[in-house]
Amino acid sequence: MALNQFLLLAAFLFAVGAYGVITRRHTVLVLASVELMLTAVNLNLVAFGAFNNDPVGQVFALFVLTIAAAEVGVGLAIVLLIYRNLRSSDPDDVDVLKG
Amino acid sequence: MHLPSGFFLDHAWLIPLIPAVSFWLILGFGKRFGARAAYCGIAALSAVWVLAVGAVIQWIHRVNVADDGKGGTVSALGAFGRSLARAEEGKSAAVAPVIHATTWFQNAGVKLTVGTQIDGLAVMMLFVVATIALLVHIYSFEYMRGDRRFTHYYAALSLFSASMLFLVVASNTLQLLVGWELVGLCSFMLIGHWWEEKPNSDAALKAFLTTRTGDIGLLCGVIMTFFVVQRATGTGSFDILAVNNAALSGKVGHTLLLMCAVGLMFGIIGKSGQFPLHTWLPDAMAGPTPVSALIHAATMVVAGVYLGARVYPIFWQGFQIGNSHVNFMAVIGGITVIIGAGLAFVQDDIKKVLAYSTISQLGYMVMGLGVGAWTAAIFHLFTHAFFKANLFLGAGSVSHSGSHHSFDMKKDMGGLRKYMPQTFWTFVIGTGALAGIFPLAGFWSKDEILATAGHGNYKAFLIVGLVGAFMTAAYMTRCIYLTFFGEYRGGHSGEHAHGDVAHGVDDAHVHGVDDAHAVPGFGSHDDGHGAHEPHESPPLITVPLWILTFLSITAGWLQFEPGLHLTKFRDWFQPRVAFPLPGLFSANHVATIPDVKFSAGLATISVAIALAGVGLAYLFYWKRAYGQDAAAHNALLGAGKKFLVNKYYLDALYTDGVIAAVKGPIANAAYWVNQYVIDNVLRTTGRVATVVARFVYRYIDQRGVDGIYNGTAVVTGESGGLLRKLQNGRLQEYALFILIGVAAVALALAIRF
Repeated sequence: MALNQFLLLAAFLFAVGAYGVITRRHTVLVLASVELMLTAVNLNLVAFGAFNNDPVGQVFALFVLTIAAAEVGVGLAIVLLIYRNLRSSDPDDVDVLKG
Repeated sequence: MHLPSGFFLDHAWLIPLIPAVSFWLILGFGKRFGARAAYCGIAALSAVWVLAVGAVIQWIHRVNVADDGKGGTVSALGAFGRSLARAEEGKSAAVAPVIHATTWFQNAGVKLTVGTQIDGLAVMMLFVVATIALLVHIYSFEYMRGDRRFTHYYAALSLFSASMLFLVVASNTLQLLVGWELVGLCSFMLIGHWWEEKPNSDAALKAFLTTRTGDIGLLCGVIMTFFVVQRATGTGSFDILAVNNAALSGKVGHTLLLMCAVGLMFGIIGKSGQFPLHTWLPDAMAGPTPVSALIHAATMVVAGVYLGARVYPIFWQGFQIGNSHVNFMAVIGGITVIIGAGLAFVQDDIKKVLAYSTISQLGYMVMGLGVGAWTAAIFHLFTHAFFKANLFLGAGSVSHSGSHHSFDMKKDMGGLRKYMPQTFWTFVIGTGALAGIFPLAGFWSKDEILATAGHGNYKAFLIVGLVGAFMTAAYMTRCIYLTFFGEYRGGHSGEHAHGDVAHGVDDAHVHGVDDAHAVPGFGSHDDGHGAHEPHESPPLITVPLWILTFLSITAGWLQFEPGLHLTKFRDWFQPRVAFPLPGLFSANHVATIPDVKFSAGLATISVAIALAGVGLAYLFYWKRAYGQDAAAHNALLGAGKKFLVNKYYLDALYTDGVIAAVKGPIANAAYWVNQYVIDNVLRTTGRVATVVARFVYRYIDQRGVDGIYNGTAVVTGESGGLLRKLQNGRLQEYALFILIGVAAVALALAIRF
């Protein structure tokens, strides 16, 4: 197994996540896409840690997972409140700060 | 060698401060103080007197230690009055003044200080001013009782003393000038104390303006002292010691010193009542009598002589006093001696006799400085202060209790010898001292001036002095005759002379008394003003008189040369540094001050001349040897009298010549210039300014300046309008921008590495 294979997979996952963040019309799916990008980053961390015999990569990955869980918790709470107020889950409808 | 200083010499700044505080206290709480304002002033002056006497004793100790040549082993009190071997050994030890100064302000290398310079001259003056001012404060308590502005009077008196003391301790000429002007202001306030009467306020104005005329020269002279020091040392300074050293250093051009000396001399002429600016001094008699005593004895007029003595090297070098036969200073003094004495003969007002006598005696002092008799002139200042204060307060006593507040000798006095014996005897002793009768105070000082004048190149001034002495003795005898002998001419059947409008100035005093009961604190105003008979004055007046009489007798004994070989005054008070003394500046070709011994022959002549004056006046007035009224029958005498009565027409010259010229043509010319030249210049300037302003408004302000600001605002608004389109509120577009940004940064890093 070469490192490049992991990196390419991570890049692909990151690109899919970024595309989802930018294009999805549903806020929950945007959050899911963000999770996909974080997964890509985790994959990179674990891969580098494994190939360099350094446990720090795994430790970082665990941190990121923890923080991602917290982030999703907060993010879903915000989405819920937005839905309650606007009866919509489209991020484009949340444009109160439009210039 | 270390010379001892001491508390009183080091803390001389307290001396002017105390009466100044008293001034503010009386001014601030005058209404509440009432008569107690006097206690405040008297307490302040008593404290000053103690400090001054302490300073004198410590200074004498310092001088004694310097002459002994060993460190301070003698206690201050033990050293007081010890006899010295200095004069016989010929060489005098230097005694530096005690100087304490602090920076007033500093700017680009020019450093102005304020501080105290205490030396023999200063401590001597401190003693004189403190003593006379204290006695005047005490005397005034009785004399001014019930005056409507009693507290105001004491406030001004305190400030007067404070100003003079400030002038005396000043360590630089600029500070001296400040004290000088303050003294002038206070004399203005006190001469015009009864300003409700027009002549009084006129006299105050005249005194102020006349002395100001001289002050113009003084100001120039003081400024030049700065440059004298700069020429000698490279750094300008007003410090008196530096000025004196610079004047004697030989590095300063004679022209500068001469101009400086002439400038300062104008100040002396104005302040010390020298010819031709003496005319304010007799008019200054409009003030209360104790003030006249203060002005004539201790403050104001002697300030001029003090200035002359303080920066004496300037005059010494500027006028070449050491090696010339005649100079500006001596001539002015000499003229003043004669004209003052001449005018004293024709006065009916006892205070004016004394005023002209002061002018004449101040002439002696200035002449003394002019002929190189520094010690003698200052010694005369010292003795004159006591006997002249004695005479003035005596005249006040006569007017207060003897002549119903009049000063007119011919109308309201005469025969008072029987009623007021104490005043009579003190007055006679004061007169003897003034006339220079052995062994009273005036004899020693006047004789020393004459001896120095006769010793050097100034023989002509010896004659002037002797003529002056003769005249002094004669007019004072006339004054005593008119006041104390003959029949009592006053007391118009109990009617106070105040009602007589013609007296104007003389009676002003009374109008204060009329309001006696309006003043709080004078509930028991009953000192016999209503009594018809003249009577002796109360002790508050006679005790100061006797103290001054004692000093009028003994003050001269400090220089008791025949037999006792005392030269204390010179030993103690003559400066020993920065002074033209033998050996100090010989390398700079500076002539040295003459050291003249007492001359028995000259002393005999001067006493004989004075006695001749007394005798002639005796024949003239008592015996009527020349008829009842000689001036009425003899054309020459009559013309002379008319000339004198009109004061040599000097007042007429000033009023009709100088002032009328100023009022008439010069004022008209000034008006014309004002109307046609200055106004046109102003109008044209205004028009040009309008045109320029319009142009500036239209093109520079509206288009230039406003354009810049408006342009900035427009650009900001437009760019904001463009950028706001980015802020579209779409979350996902923001995410896209972030992504693009991060990608750009990543790309940049990738290219870089």
